[in-house]
Amino acid sequence: MSDPIPEKDAVERMQPSLTPGARAWRRFRANRPAVVAAAYLAFLILLALLVPALGSHAAAEGSDAQFAAPGSAHWWGTDVHGRDVLTRVFAGARLSLLVGSVGAAVSLVIGVCWGMVAGYAGGRIDGMMMRFVDVLYSLPSIVFVIVLITTLEDHLKGLLSRLSPQSGGVARMLFLFVGLGAVSWLTMARIIRGQVLSLRTRPFVLASRSLGAGHARILFRHILPNVSGVVIVYLTLTVPSIILYESFLSYLGLGIQPPQASLGTLIAEGAGQINPIRTYWWLIAFPGGVLASALLALNLLGDGLRDALDPRGGE
Amino acid sequence: MRLIRRLLTLIPLTWVIVTLSFFLVRVAPGGPFDKERRPASPQVEAALKHKYHLDESLGAQYLRFLGLKWERDDTGAWHRAEGGLIAGDFGLSLKYRNHSVADIILQGLPVSLVLGWLAFGFAIGTGIPLGVFGAVRARGWAGGLSALAAISMVCVPGFVVGPVLVLIVGLKLGWFPVGLWGSPAHAVLPMVTLGLYFSGRVARLAREGMVQALQSDFIRTARAKGVDEFGVVFRHAFRLAIMPVVSYSGPMLADLLTGSFVVENIFQIPGIGVFLVNASLSRDYPMVVGLVMLYAVLLLGLNLVVDLTYGLLDPRVRHE
Repeated sequence: MSDPIPEKDAVERMQPSLTPGARAWRRFRANRPAVVAAAYLAFLILLALLVPALGSHAAAEGSDAQFAAPGSAHWWGTDVHGRDVLTRVFAGARLSLLVGSVGAAVSLVIGVCWGMVAGYAGGRIDGMMMRFVDVLYSLPSIVFVIVLITTLEDHLKGLLSRLSPQSGGVARMLFLFVGLGAVSWLTMARIIRGQVLSLRTRPFVLASRSLGAGHARILFRHILPNVSGVVIVYLTLTVPSIILYESFLSYLGLGIQPPQASLGTLIAEGAGQINPIRTYWWLIAFPGGVLASALLALNLLGDGLRDALDPRGGE
Repeated sequence: MRLIRRLLTLIPLTWVIVTLSFFLVRVAPGGPFDKERRPASPQVEAALKHKYHLDESLGAQYLRFLGLKWERDDTGAWHRAEGGLIAGDFGLSLKYRNHSVADIILQGLPVSLVLGWLAFGFAIGTGIPLGVFGAVRARGWAGGLSALAAISMVCVPGFVVGPVLVLIVGLKLGWFPVGLWGSPAHAVLPMVTLGLYFSGRVARLAREGMVQALQSDFIRTARAKGVDEFGVVFRHAFRLAIMPVVSYSGPMLADLLTGSFVVENIFQIPGIGVFLVNASLSRDYPMVVGLVMLYAVLLLGLNLVVDLTYGLLDPRVRHE
């Protein structure tokens, strides 16, 4: 205590052992694009929560101002029904982000379970489970998604509408979560399986087994924490790919149903309004810009997390 | 020898994929005749179903599809039902009646192949230089900028790129036609729209590969021998650096060559990309199965080619 207080830098240099978390956090903070991306995402989420609630032009209400160009009344213009594009875009961003994160969570659960079991079991079970993944890889995912969503809709919609009459939109979203998650877990399973395969023969796992730990305990206490870094990174990169997939489905008319709209629906509407005589550029530029920037931020964040959490990553 | 074994494993794998898609589309609710202009009377629908053998059990339909169904003809003699996969026949489309699946695919495939190869060339031609440049200048702002450009390309979906190109390059500047298919000028905007995403992916892979290659020991040796920077990058590191791009080329080409719904829809191009989505939606069973098989064969075949290319590029793989 009586020692002279050294400079802050010197303190950090003298402490030889930072926890892995602290080291990762320091590496992440040094990555400027990733920090900016994280801040931008936080800002976007805030706007997506606030704008539709505060907007003076309710998103669903039409007005007489059809195709008004961006101006003081409507900052981002209006659409075919005179609805405020700004409000609609952020309501759409909210839905897209929601679908992206829940869909990614679904794919996470499937992918991690599948990969962990395959990698841990090894041998013939592993071979069969990974062949299954190979087969699904070679199947165009759009076929699978369409079949899955319509099948779920057919079987569950009646059930859900009996539970609550106004659940149409919610039901659609649930099916999207499941459908998108169900086609996006393949890469996650492959990555996790590879990690587990190399972890399961490591000394600490053998030690735990010799102490009498069961499979469940080894998997969840010892292996899962060790793959969590990879899982977080890949999860961050799955969210944008699911958002992209959902917007593609919405573009096909299979995603979020009107009057609700995701960013993909809005872009599809804007693309439908293109003609050589008049161009309503704001209908495509604003939703497209928000979608692209959100995806960009998520990817940069994912890259930053990868660099921060990978111990072999650059200094 | 290894090649022959690999080729032989493709057959059961393709069979599994085709079988899976066969049953997958048929268990989905709804049928191919639901969305006719007006609902068919029960008799007409039954007749339609009978004509296309949809009134048979799933197992019988499957055998017929494979071409392994035996049935009695009028004289009571057993013979194999005509057509089927083993005879190279995918059946008739249920949506575009009077057209066989093979006809429809053969009509659209050349267009999709041309567009796909063009987009592949665009992706490789722009992606690799961008990625290599980013890796060589990894420390400076120019490298950062090229990395940002690559990641941005991955993030702007085709259905945004397409309309924006149409609006600006097509309609405002009037440089290229904004639709249909015919002259080389017609191919420019679709090629860019289709290829831009893949260009970004290729750039990211090439950059990562080059950064890693430049850190390897043989590069240090080359530098120590006094090889100039250009030689280091292009004569020594390049072969190793594009390995990730080579392995990505298989799935990329499979995606590109089977057409794209978005691009064909925006630019009104008569390819086969629109059929996969439309056939899945309208439950055109034989069409879906035919297209899935095309995609699977392309993907598996191209992955095989990629593996062979690996041996050519990397001596270490050859020796194994």
